[in-house]
Amino acid sequence: MGKIKVVHYVNQFFAGIGGEEKADVKPEVREEVLGPGLALKAGLGDDVEIVATVICGDTYFGNNMEEATSELLDLIKKYEPDLFIAGPAFNAGRYGTACGAITEAVQNELEIPALTAMYEENPGVDLYRKSVYIVATKDSAAGMRDAVKKMAPLALKLYRGEEIGSPEEEGYLERGIRKNFFTDKRGSERAVDMLLKKLAGEDYVTEFPMPDFDRVDPNPAVKDITKATVAIVTSGGAVPKGNPDHIESSSAQKYGKYSLEGIYDFTPENGETAHGGYDPVYANEDLDRVLPVDVMRDLEKEGKIGKLHDFWYATVGNGTSVANAMKFGEAIGKDLAAAGVDAVILTST
Amino acid sequence: MRLELGHVLIKDVQFGSETKIENGVLFVNKEELVKLISEDEHLASVDVEIAKPGESIRITPVKDVVEPRVKVEGPGGIFPGVLSKVQTVGTGKTNVLKGCAVMTTGKIVGFQEGIVDMTGPAAEYTPFSQTNNVVLICEPVEGLKQHDHEKAVRFAGFKAAAYLAESAKTLTPDTVEVFETLPLLEGISRYPDLPKVGYVLMLQTQGLLHDTYVYGVDAKQIVPTLIYPTEIMDGAIVSGNCVSACDKNTTYHQINNPVIHDLYNQHGKTINFVGVIITNENVYLADKERSSDWTAKIAEYLGLDGVIISQEGFGNPDTDLVMNCRKIEEKTIKTVIITDEYAGRDGSSQSLADADVAADAVVTGGNANEILVLPPMDKVIGSLEYIDTIAGGFDGSLGEDGTITIEIQAITGATNEMGFNKMSAKGF
Repeated sequence: MGKIKVVHYVNQFFAGIGGEEKADVKPEVREEVLGPGLALKAGLGDDVEIVATVICGDTYFGNNMEEATSELLDLIKKYEPDLFIAGPAFNAGRYGTACGAITEAVQNELEIPALTAMYEENPGVDLYRKSVYIVATKDSAAGMRDAVKKMAPLALKLYRGEEIGSPEEEGYLERGIRKNFFTDKRGSERAVDMLLKKLAGEDYVTEFPMPDFDRVDPNPAVKDITKATVAIVTSGGAVPKGNPDHIESSSAQKYGKYSLEGIYDFTPENGETAHGGYDPVYANEDLDRVLPVDVMRDLEKEGKIGKLHDFWYATVGNGTSVANAMKFGEAIGKDLAAAGVDAVILTST
Repeated sequence: MRLELGHVLIKDVQFGSETKIENGVLFVNKEELVKLISEDEHLASVDVEIAKPGESIRITPVKDVVEPRVKVEGPGGIFPGVLSKVQTVGTGKTNVLKGCAVMTTGKIVGFQEGIVDMTGPAAEYTPFSQTNNVVLICEPVEGLKQHDHEKAVRFAGFKAAAYLAESAKTLTPDTVEVFETLPLLEGISRYPDLPKVGYVLMLQTQGLLHDTYVYGVDAKQIVPTLIYPTEIMDGAIVSGNCVSACDKNTTYHQINNPVIHDLYNQHGKTINFVGVIITNENVYLADKERSSDWTAKIAEYLGLDGVIISQEGFGNPDTDLVMNCRKIEEKTIKTVIITDEYAGRDGSSQSLADADVAADAVVTGGNANEILVLPPMDKVIGSLEYIDTIAGGFDGSLGEDGTITIEIQAITGATNEMGFNKMSAKGF
């Protein structure tokens, strides 16, 4: 029997091509073991061979997710690998997203076991934790050894089709999949044990961590909308032509604030979408479809609203972490309140 | 209040010419039992079957399960206000036919009745695969309204249980357990150094066949109140439910409440088990607010340090559970809640309909949506006619050869929220 064939994915940085300035390199393949692949190779043992390393720049991948994924799949397919490993991406957001996306694609399209690894706060985690195994790593490449120690055995287990244990046992990030199992104590006794520990101030483990329901109470209705200054804010990626702030197409790290002065209608010349999560053709044709400035101007003219606020705010909701979204929301809210805005229309996609 | 529970161990059940217990064998005079149950004019026909652990038998649709008990000493009778006169129970001596249960089946009452397999994979999920079951098959008279049908079958179960238990009234039990809860002030001063712990027992009261009765009172109409744990052991609380089989508390669960037993086990050692607060799960917001306010108020009034809260049902009652938990925690009383999950067949969805950060200590009875394949059994008691439509079933659940592919939601007691079972769930 031959060796287990592995294809490994890394970004331009870990391939040694370069940093941010080289982040636009297109997918390529090298029949050698690169960067973290060396540690992986050692961890996977003698029965395993990394037959190729596929590489893509983070920016290129982020801006061309579909094409990049399909190009990478074509490169990977040729080697008929038994197993695919991406990363580890640690806390690099775009790299993590790419690792998750390509791992998912390989798993689904090539139907071979695949896994990746990254830091738990990497935006790629929320996007892909449900669909692929993501090994938990530290937040920087200093955690390489530790990462490989967990990745190699899990990869081999996946390859062999063995039963995968719990996240604690295997070192992957919980995929949010609830599975039943039988314990040695009935539930009532477990409840009494848990209560005793809780009463004593000792550590205990809840069997079901509460999901975080972020409830937002709706504001009371605007008293007189005909006198109100109304702003428009979107997570649909509506930006001025050319995306001056380079808002990321996915997993946005920032939002933009743009002047509406002189804009009564969006055209292909004055606006576009930065969003990488939907077909941009219709938004780019007429950005009012995402951010309805034309209608708002009509309402303003007809006196149905007091005034359209002079600025709009935009970010990309595509895979943006809840933490980032909250941060943007708080900042935008503060800015709007300071400007005396009375009401906001939020559009999403 | 002090109760001696005498366990008469039942190792086998057989039909016989006389209803009696001999050497751990319960003999049932079928004719006499059928005649007794047939007295109800709402029932067109009654039959009795026996199902024992390990037999290739499937019982469905199962409505209620009842453990036969008889009062030997002390005031009142079993199921007070329902079958016996309404008199406060929970003291003296009660004999139990341990290892035996009465089960009711027949034409479906609700749409949410269960399956009990006596062997095979599904047997692991239900405690009633381990009991020797006397199964009543009750068919209603034509045109009977569902709520009358429910009541008739509910009473059939109680009557049969009482009838069988009568045979143990004069027997010397094989084992005896003693449970005692003192009047509040006395009880609290008995163990001044131990944390004072109570139990909030939530009763299913969503109405329209989702009902529970306390001393014969429809629990929709109670405000939360205190009850001695031993009252419950004498049948003060009975089930009148047609809700999802996996997490409904049958009458058997009520009288064998495992939280009460396990709190008693620790009583005087690590905790001072003060008593039980019963509350309901009504559908109106005002009722939810009132009842959860009251559970928290009573817990505070009793000076409790900790509380276990158990739920019945899912979805709408999740809100009652979370409100109880949050409001009791707000009184700086520590809580552990027992619930179950509806995380989807693949386990990836949100498990509960409500959540709160206060609920930081949760015991789960498992994911009720998980799919199980039940191989065909040699014998079916009841009918397979309803498999596709009971809660947990779907179009095509019943295969041609009798194989059933179904969510464990349909298995009686599978994800019980009193913590009756050893099943749990974890995140993968």
